[in-house]
Formats: sequence, structure tokens, C-alpha cells
Amino acid sequence: MNERMGHQSIRFGEPVYIRSGASVAGKKEGEGPLGPCFDEIEKDPLAGEKTWEQAESALQHRAALRALDKAGIRNTDLRMIFAGDLLAQCTASCYNLAQLDVPVYGLFGACSTMGEALSLASMAVAGDFAEYAMALTSSHFASAEKEFRFPLAYGSQRPLSATWTVTGSGACVLSKEKSGAAVTGITTGKIVDYGLKDSMNMGACMAPAACDTICTHLQDFGRQPEEYSKIITGDLGSVGQQILFDLLEKQGYDIKRQHLDCGMLIFDDAVQDTHAGGSGCGCSAVVFASYILPRIISGEWKRVLFVPTGALMSKVSFAEGQTVPGIAQAVVVEHMEEKD
Amino acid sequence: MENQKNVQAREYERYVKKVTPTHSLPVNMARAFLVGGLICVLGQYILNTAQAMGADKEEAGCWCSLILIFLSVLLTGLNIYPKLAKFGGAGTLVPITGFANSVAAPAIEYQKEGQVFGIGCKIFTIAGPVILYGVVSSWALGLIYCVMRLWR
Repeated sequence: MNERMGHQSIRFGEPVYIRSGASVAGKKEGEGPLGPCFDEIEKDPLAGEKTWEQAESALQHRAALRALDKAGIRNTDLRMIFAGDLLAQCTASCYNLAQLDVPVYGLFGACSTMGEALSLASMAVAGDFAEYAMALTSSHFASAEKEFRFPLAYGSQRPLSATWTVTGSGACVLSKEKSGAAVTGITTGKIVDYGLKDSMNMGACMAPAACDTICTHLQDFGRQPEEYSKIITGDLGSVGQQILFDLLEKQGYDIKRQHLDCGMLIFDDAVQDTHAGGSGCGCSAVVFASYILPRIISGEWKRVLFVPTGALMSKVSFAEGQTVPGIAQAVVVEHMEEKD
Repeated sequence: MENQKNVQAREYERYVKKVTPTHSLPVNMARAFLVGGLICVLGQYILNTAQAMGADKEEAGCWCSLILIFLSVLLTGLNIYPKLAKFGGAGTLVPITGFANSVAAPAIEYQKEGQVFGIGCKIFTIAGPVILYGVVSSWALGLIYCVMRLWR
């Protein structure tokens, strides 16, 4: 029996199994610490296409096909896909999904989109509305720079709090068919705005949202941080991580031992000059599919709270001097024994 | 309520400023001095060489600007200028080379959006304000100069 917990959370009656996870990443990501984990590394920034935006679509397409392949199903078996990216009007997803010929819900949750997609796909499967559902997101360094910042060849100095948008795409297929990992609950995040306007310090903009979602989750489920092997945020980076620790301490929680951040895992700042860490919809998606999921399946981690974080802003809102609100979506993923 | 929110926002901003690392200002200034200085030395060298080859002062100045702009655009196209700017900061921004880079970079990026709506509309997205307010401020100064002359 599915159960509503507190005001923002759901506990699934039956686990929603993650049948497969696939990741396609760019060259710089491939050279990072997680390089050996990715299913595919695309060395060409244009991925054989003409524009950055088409390249991002191509990466997303390949991730989707790989996830289908790993799950042993065809595109026609999917009842629906929940997909999103960072481009205006989510075009990277649109052009990919047009080729896949599957019913679609397009999502925008900035860099938290993978959490949003996994939450909705889990609900669809748990509610018996889909036998197979896919969660899929992508981002591309060059298309994001063009969308939100400067042309690539323009010379400027990035602040140390800035993050590096991950080039890559991650996909997961969810179903009630058994596998080694399953979504057992979710906490839907609220938009939290502490009034910060610095889009080059997104970690600080998103940390209050991450804190809010994590606290709410623990209260809704009546759990303590120790009951999780890992609590993994999306792309807070080194600056956001520090702030999250401080904010949680004020709420009486200490997650320093469990905490990891996808943005800090994917790049090595000392060698790759990425400053605070990686970011983008693709960041949490590829790290989840390539690094987190296999560790849950193997049983190394028993229960993980996956909390992708997003900074909700646009080029226009930034230009008009608006604040940068944050959001974080939490998904509980647990190790499952495949045999009864 | 609104006031309390503002206080909270200011407090958070102050806290964030405290925990966010920043570039070292003296190091940045030293690098800007070095790189900007080297660009100016190169400019002076071109100027002197042109004059030694028989050009008058004005013509030599033209050659100097022309060659510096050419080099900047070339290095932008080869993706070397951003690396230089990352190191040199304002040292690469202030000389004429920085201006050339800010025009060449959008031209490369938006070429895919077409000759008119891509390059045509967006080539001055970064340099535009400099051009507009440069013209406006020289117009204002000209006006002041004109009034002062009448007054004398």
C-alpha cells in the first residue's frame, strides 16, 4: 500500500525497481575520477553533429538507447519517458524524443531534473500507470555556456565558486520487475529562496533548498542520517557543501560522514580546473547511473538518499535582477536482494 | 514580514560571502600588470618598427592597432585567447586586444544562427555597451567642450 508521509513525502508500498542505468559523458568528464565508470565517453564535443544543442540531443539519445538495451526492452515497451535538460524550452530533450517515438512528459527542474524525473517515473510505476517508465536528463557544457553565460571563445575569469556544466546524459528504466536496486520513497522539494542573486555561486543558492528537503525527508520518514549509507546531493560543489553542513547543523543534523556531492565526484578540481565542481542536469544523472547505482546494486551501500539540486533561474530573470531560488528533489534508493 | 525577509537575505548574503573563496587580488593585479604590460610592449615595438620603416606617427599607430587586433582575433579563433585571459584577467581585457576578442567570440559562437540574425544581430552582444556608451560619453564631453569655448 502506497503511503503519504508528512506533507511532502511518499513511501511506496511495493519497491519500484531500477532495471537499468546508462551514462554517456564527454571528454573532460571521461578524464575525471569517474572516467572508468561511464558506459560511453564521447570525445567529440559536437558528437558528430553541427551544433552544441544537437550534440546534447545526440548524447541523450544514446543514453536512452543504452538504458533500454541494458534493461532488455524496446522503446515500444516504454509507457512513458520523463525527460528534461537545461536549454530554453527543453529542446535537447524534444529533438531526441522525437526520434524515440515514446509518450513523453517534458520536465524542467534545472539541475534537479533527474530527481524530478525519477520521482515522477517511480510514482507512475508504483501507481500501475506504467509497466516501464524512463527517467532521462542531459546537459552540455557548451550549450549551457551559450544559454546562460558568454560565447565560449570570450576571455574571462570565472570565480572560484563557479561550477563547470557536465557534458553528458544519464537514463534509468524503472519497473516492478525485480533488480538489485529500487526506489522506496520520495520527498518532493519546495522552492526555497534566501534572496541570493549571484548565479556564479549556485551552490550557495541551492544549499538552503537541499537543507530544507533533507530535513523534511528525515522528519517525514522519522529517520536519522545514520540510517542512510550515503546522502548524495546533485551539484552543490565545495562551496554549497560547506553551507549545507552549516545549515543542517542549525537544524540539529550532522551528515558529514554520509555526504557526497555528484558535482565534487565527477571532476578533480586540482587537475581539471573546474573550480567548485560539476553541475547541470547531466551531472547528477551520469553520476547516479555510473557510480551510485552500481554500488547500491552490489550491496556496498544499503540505502541512499539521492538529492539532485537545481538553481531556478533564466537569462532573463538574471538580467532583470531577480534572485536565484533553489529546489531539491529527494529519492530514496535501496539495495534489494534479487532472489526471494 | 517583508522587512524581516530582507534582513534574513542580507544576513545570508554576508554569511555566503564569508565562506566563498575568492581569487587573490594582489596575485590577479600582478598577473594583469604582467600580461597587459607585455601586450603594450608589443604595441610599442610595432609602433617603433613602423616608424623606423618610414611611417609617420599616425600611420604607425594604425599599423599597431591593426596588427594587435589581428593577433587577438587569430588567438580567439585558435581558442588561445580565453586561456590568456584566464591568466591575465584585466590585463587582456583593457587593451584593444580584449575588445577584439569580445567581438570575435560572439561571431564564432553565433555563426550557426545565420549571417543576419546570428552574426549580424549578436556580434556586439558584449562589445555593444562599450560602443554605445563610448559614443554617448564622447558626445557629452564634446558638448561641454563646445559650451566652454563659447563661454571663453
